[in-house]
Amino acid sequence: MTFIWAFIVAGLFCLVAQLILDNTKLTPGHVTSMFTVLGAILGFLGIYDKLIKLAGGGASTIISNFGYLLYKGGIEGYQSKGILGIFTGILTNGGAAIVGAVIFAVVLTIFFEPKD
Amino acid sequence: MNKDEYQKLVKKHEPQENKTQNALFAFLTGGMIGFLVEGIIQLLMGILNISRVDASTWTCLIVIFVSSLFTALGFFDNWMCKAKAGLLLPTTGFAHSVSSSALDYKKEGLVTGLGSNFFKLAGSVILYGIVSAFILVIVKVMING
Repeated sequence: MTFIWAFIVAGLFCLVAQLILDNTKLTPGHVTSMFTVLGAILGFLGIYDKLIKLAGGGASTIISNFGYLLYKGGIEGYQSKGILGIFTGILTNGGAAIVGAVIFAVVLTIFFEPKD
Repeated sequence: MNKDEYQKLVKKHEPQENKTQNALFAFLTGGMIGFLVEGIIQLLMGILNISRVDASTWTCLIVIFVSSLFTALGFFDNWMCKAKAGLLLPTTGFAHSVSSSALDYKKEGLVTGLGSNFFKLAGSVILYGIVSAFILVIVKVMING
């Protein structure tokens, strides 16, 4: 069942993003930023937890998951260390994506040339 | 019907058809990625015997690596054009934006080119993600006392 929900949830997120791209003047940069913020808001409302339980990888692969992870990291940081924990905690969960993207991009940049 | 009227009619109908097609394509590609990611997560959980959270992070890294590699090999841009939001919204879009700007600005030097343009596109995701998460954490903390 998780597989079906993963398909539906990930598909619907992308469908909504495509509709925004086609019907407004917003660029892909706007849309991805909006969905990241949306993820943090859904995390705040407690909806994203349920979405991950329901759709697993379908919810965790969408960029909104990044916003959700930042929010979750902030909350967990506050619970363990107070105000300082918000600053140290925000990137703990979401950091993997940033570090991963940086490392892989740099390594690949050494070996590959841009194709024009 | 003269040419002008015909042109108007064409303009009226052309984008709408594309929009439906784009939306369908985005839904199918996005769905396929969600499906595949869930498959990899369950596979890793089975093989490595790790928690779902750890498996999700590993899968996220695998997805980032694969899409960075495909970007470097040069055929991810074409896929991006066809699937649009279907590849933009999953982690693939984030990885693509980082690795493509890294490759494109490589020629212009290590610091002024690569360094300062690295997060050109992904930067806004990180910026607004952190800002909104920070504000929401503060709000949540204030509500709970």
